[in-house]
Amino acid sequence: MTEPILEIRSLTRRFPVKRAGQRPWRRAKMSWLHAVDGVAFAISPGETVGLVGESGCGKSTLVRLVTRLIDPSSGNIAFAGNEIGEIPARRFARTPQRAAIQMVFQDAGESLNPRFTAARAIADPLLRLSRLRGSALAERVREAAGLAGLPDELLGRFPHQLSGGQKARVGIARAIGVEPQLMILDEPTAALDVSVQVVILQLLERLKRRLGMSYLFVSHDLNVVRLLCDRVLVMYLGKIVESGPVGTVFGSPAHPYTKALVAAIPSLDQRGVKRLRLSGEPRSPIDPDPGTCKFYGRCPKGQSNCAAVMPELRPLEGGRSVACHYPEIAAAEATREAPTVNSSLLPFQIRHPAS
Amino acid sequence: MSEASPLLAVVDLSIEFRTRGGTVRALEKVAFDIGRGETVALVGESGSGKSVTAYALLGLLDPAARVTSGRIVFGGIDLLTAGERALEEMRGREVSLISQNPRGALNPIRPVGKQLADVLLRHANVPRVEAPQRAVEMLAKVGIPDPARRAAAYPFELSGGMCQRVTIALALACSPALLIADEPTTGLDVTTQAVVMDLLAELAAASHMATILITHDLALAGEYADRIVVMHAGHVVESATAGELFIRPRHPYTAKLIAATPKPGTQLADLAAIPGNLPDVTRADLPTCRYSARCERHSKTCDAPLPLVAIGPSHMVACWQPL
Repeated sequence: MTEPILEIRSLTRRFPVKRAGQRPWRRAKMSWLHAVDGVAFAISPGETVGLVGESGCGKSTLVRLVTRLIDPSSGNIAFAGNEIGEIPARRFARTPQRAAIQMVFQDAGESLNPRFTAARAIADPLLRLSRLRGSALAERVREAAGLAGLPDELLGRFPHQLSGGQKARVGIARAIGVEPQLMILDEPTAALDVSVQVVILQLLERLKRRLGMSYLFVSHDLNVVRLLCDRVLVMYLGKIVESGPVGTVFGSPAHPYTKALVAAIPSLDQRGVKRLRLSGEPRSPIDPDPGTCKFYGRCPKGQSNCAAVMPELRPLEGGRSVACHYPEIAAAEATREAPTVNSSLLPFQIRHPAS
Repeated sequence: MSEASPLLAVVDLSIEFRTRGGTVRALEKVAFDIGRGETVALVGESGSGKSVTAYALLGLLDPAARVTSGRIVFGGIDLLTAGERALEEMRGREVSLISQNPRGALNPIRPVGKQLADVLLRHANVPRVEAPQRAVEMLAKVGIPDPARRAAAYPFELSGGMCQRVTIALALACSPALLIADEPTTGLDVTTQAVVMDLLAELAAASHMATILITHDLALAGEYADRIVVMHAGHVVESATAGELFIRPRHPYTAKLIAATPKPGTQLADLAAIPGNLPDVTRADLPTCRYSARCERHSKTCDAPLPLVAIGPSHMVACWQPL
């Protein structure tokens, strides 16, 4: 068993919000928005872990906690065996681990300084985090750009003179320049066309092998997560509701939310098939009832004890875990053994992977 | 679909934009038609001319745009020569638009129920006293829970999915014959996207409304459209029924686009990128086939004027050497 590069235990972040409808002259009573609520997971060296979930589920807060841009309310973040959760975010920028955890931001166009050339943008983290200067720095910039597939003649250009794919490459080159061990990829291809997306995904895969990095890959495109990731974490309202190898989690989802997520992927061979759709809106993340399942109310199989006992993440076979009192996996196993089961009796259609 | 009189026929539409950087030939001889109740997807990468086509249909082109040739025939009249009065009558009532960004499409300082009532008063001749009630009914129809209370909500109080439902309600308020949905689900989560698309499909089927679905997501187009029109750099390169297009694409670009789209069951190594970039459409010496510079099958024959070959009853391809 190799030591994980990143290990997170019961990580929580709450944000104070003002309660609505208070008299402005009274001292405000604060409510707490539970953005990340007791999350635990680990990433092994060289592993790519996907993080999926709806907007507002706490993906971005979790990413900012892991990159140590904000401080956790409680919990532990161990990076390569060192506890980094306790270092205040402001001071973390001056620790050696800063270079080891890097991030590729969502929209490369928005996250590059419009007044920096590509070379200056790639050099920026090196100027702050390494001692390289002068020709050694220029050499390192060219090397990083080369690894990201950015030709030398583009290095003098400004972001507005680069195409979407080239800007994505600058964002990647900037992150790999300081030789990180863990890279956080926040929807790196969301702003790109499919033809360019393929190139960037293949580049990321190559770089991971070559530089021996681990990835935490945040995306809501499940087809992309399936391509790039070894394991996937499914998040819903601040909690991880399911985790496991990407093939089995998407192939036979155990949590009803994962099931709905998989059923929502548009696919060519599913025309006209009535599929599981979620109704309603997520519960409020403000002062949630600790005894009620976060998915209760939207869940097609919610029972009375789902509102009484919060389901904890518990392991199933095959290296996966699920936080549900009534996981789907038993039903999926039953159909595999007895394919003649009348699917109209099941609460909703069970889909098997297309392959 | 009745071959005789389609609901909308776009014939040889060419549009250019005069800019300081030169004349951008955004569309060249774009042609397709849509039957009543049919859902047609316009698919292509950014810069392929999908949105310009949509805005031309509504007569909402930028002042810098110039239509150099073609006709857009809708219900027997040519929208390009029709006057502004006629277009105003048509927009909202006969043809309506769902835009990409639902929050941007709504007035941020007016309750959504009032915005719906405005549309009904302007376009549907609804009596002033009945409009608020009808607005609530419309909100109920697009599946907004507790519509009476939500009618008083401002857009910022609603989630992205809810806002998109409101814009759908706005677009469908006058039961238009044609709905243009310009990337209706970008910025929405997959679960919300599925619900919104199901709703659109259901409402279109119920009122026999034709839909133009503009998207860059081939899988989404394949799941919801009857027919798919593939665009590349201002040209229609291929159009076919959804089933046929994916099984047997004939244009090299369509084939590459399908091969580049991640699907369940494919590996990263199986996906192939499309070499090259979109051509610079400001160039005066553009080749007749705008895909030729990226195409592996390119040869001398391709320099002749671009053909539009009918391969099947509803399958057209603009290529001299189709696959």
